[in-house]
Amino acid sequence: MLKTFRIGGIHPKENKFSAGKAIQPIAIPAQVIIPLTQHIGAPCQPVVKKGDKVKVGTLIGKTVGFVSANIHSSVSGTVLKIDKALDASGYKRDAVFINVEGDEWEEKIDRSETLAKECSLSSREIIDKISAAGIVGMGGATFPTHVKLIPPPGTKAETLIINAVECEPYLTSDHQLMMEKTEEILIGTTLLMEAINVNKAVIGIENNKKDAIDKFTVAAKSYPGITVQSLKVQYPQGGEKQLIDAIVRRQVPSGALPISVGAVVQNVGTAFAVYEAVQKNKPLVERVVTVTGKDVKNPCNMLSRLGIPLNHLIDFAGGLPETTGKVVSGGPMMGKAIASVEIPVTKGTSGILIIPTLESKRERMKDCIRCTKCVNVCPMGLNPTLLMNLTEYSEWERAEKNRITDCIECGSCSYTCPSDRPLLDYIRLGKGKVMGIIRARKN
Amino acid sequence: MSVLLSAVATLGAIGAGSAAILYFVGRKFHVEEDPRIEEVQEALPAANCGGCGFPGCASFANACVKAETLDDLYCPVGGQETMDRVAEILGKIAAASTKKIAVVRCSGSCDERPRLNLYDGASNCTIAAALYGGDTGCSFGCYGLGDCEASCTFDAIHINPTTMLPEVVEDKCTACGACVKACPKDIIELRKQGPKSRRIYVSCVNKDKGAVAKKACNVACIGCTKCQQVCPFEAITIENNLAFIIDDKCRLCRKCVPVCPTNSILELNFPPRKETPPAVKEEATVNA
Repeated sequence: MLKTFRIGGIHPKENKFSAGKAIQPIAIPAQVIIPLTQHIGAPCQPVVKKGDKVKVGTLIGKTVGFVSANIHSSVSGTVLKIDKALDASGYKRDAVFINVEGDEWEEKIDRSETLAKECSLSSREIIDKISAAGIVGMGGATFPTHVKLIPPPGTKAETLIINAVECEPYLTSDHQLMMEKTEEILIGTTLLMEAINVNKAVIGIENNKKDAIDKFTVAAKSYPGITVQSLKVQYPQGGEKQLIDAIVRRQVPSGALPISVGAVVQNVGTAFAVYEAVQKNKPLVERVVTVTGKDVKNPCNMLSRLGIPLNHLIDFAGGLPETTGKVVSGGPMMGKAIASVEIPVTKGTSGILIIPTLESKRERMKDCIRCTKCVNVCPMGLNPTLLMNLTEYSEWERAEKNRITDCIECGSCSYTCPSDRPLLDYIRLGKGKVMGIIRARKN
Repeated sequence: MSVLLSAVATLGAIGAGSAAILYFVGRKFHVEEDPRIEEVQEALPAANCGGCGFPGCASFANACVKAETLDDLYCPVGGQETMDRVAEILGKIAAASTKKIAVVRCSGSCDERPRLNLYDGASNCTIAAALYGGDTGCSFGCYGLGDCEASCTFDAIHINPTTMLPEVVEDKCTACGACVKACPKDIIELRKQGPKSRRIYVSCVNKDKGAVAKKACNVACIGCTKCQQVCPFEAITIENNLAFIIDDKCRLCRKCVPVCPTNSILELNFPPRKETPPAVKEEATVNA
């Protein structure tokens, strides 16, 4: 029986050109650039300086404050400098430049392929290991995982939900990881269950990944408490609140966190990273990146160390096609078009999508025709055309009343608008302004 | 006939009764307001632009009446003339203030600052600034999408379609500050208009290191400090590779303008300089 979320949603073409392509590691170039902000929260403080020798797994950036994540070197070599570098944010931010020498790893990291099933650590110890390893949400949001695993006072976790949906069109990195590292992901799930003290976990997989559903359903039988739930192919099925609605049939109240309905959601890539961190002492230094697009010669899934400039990955996939209009970091719905292909792979780089000019050009905006298509598709039950208008006229009080802060920025509204109105762009602007007002009010 | 009479009588009675109710309710719930507030409001330009910092002219009039002194209150649209009239009405003294004007601190036109990519997102500077550092190598400079133009209620700032930079219309600008607030990169500043509308300012907000700034834009400030060294009034500060001329200290002597290697300092409404023959100039520097 297929489950799904109850409000809104769209179904863009899936275009999974890189599906089934085995994960291939990409060669490490002569220099990597590792940004000191690869997560939601405060940027890391560098703990290395020019001339320092580092190995794979050496700590190079330390957390500042609670909502932050450690950053480790993904290569071995010498630190060239700590300077500003352009990254996916569109701005230059502090990064550690490392000249690569060999491929030496920190001694404590277990590089063997043997499956490590047993774990006798307590919940607190598991969370500490996750925190030390700099694990963040691998779906692209990059929220520091250890923060999500410590429920605020007054809340209690009841169910762990593993987000193996990958609802964005084109992206297949999670799917391929699921097919190749099934057992590791299940062990990671068990570790997460132990960390938040629950005995129930549901792995949500969209119905366009039938091979993964079958493989996991069989494999999960050996892991107590873990079940697999197949989900309708609908966007944004992988949205945290939508997934909670689909799987446990609860709606997170406006302005509240998922933990308030007892749910903790983690991406399947995060579960894998947790396995590597806790069982193999391996910090987050590499990730699977999909390089894809209609005209890409060799759409593929790559295992890339953090800090490798994107142009290396694009070259591996056959180079930039002649028809290239936009290069997007992420998927076509929530990804961001980048201004340079020399920016590095970071913890949140789930994929690189190369869109031909004809399809990537945005049309000129026209007047709203009150068709309410945007209202119909909004998965949070908002009124996008109203929110855009309120933002244009700076009506922040009304925008707040109309729950502009509930917007999950999925892009369904902009996608359906027949007048090519940049609904999401304006709502995001309004959301930022209203959140600023709310913060100022609290202070 | 009697139907007509009774109709007229009934309606007349209802009318009279309503009038009486309205009269007494009006008297009972009358809000006592200082009559001077309305008087002051009449003296204001009624633009309701918010330039004074209050939400509309009525609110500003209220503040003027309630305030001890008029020192911190100024209507930029009406100017000194209006403030003097308000002072007269209230028997207070208007503070002497300097006329200000909006100044756009970026000269990175399409010619001077090459475009590296094409932006086809929403035509709004704040949205573009949240997305990325812009379509040039300078992530501090003007996006040219017109948030300033859209915010101006006096039709005093427009984006020049050739340079893609905003230009201020001198006789329309009231220095209300709307464009300053609208610009997401803090490029626009309210500076003293100066005698004969003359002003000198560093037309750049780039904080990158000199070499990086120059690579992105020909007329960027590279923080070389030549201007600071030549200023006789200590009016120039250099912070984060960027020079800034302090309004209150600058005497408009123009010494800084020719020494800037990138022509980043602009002087507006001055007479043209006399050309100095190179030989004479060299002698002067040797002697100095």
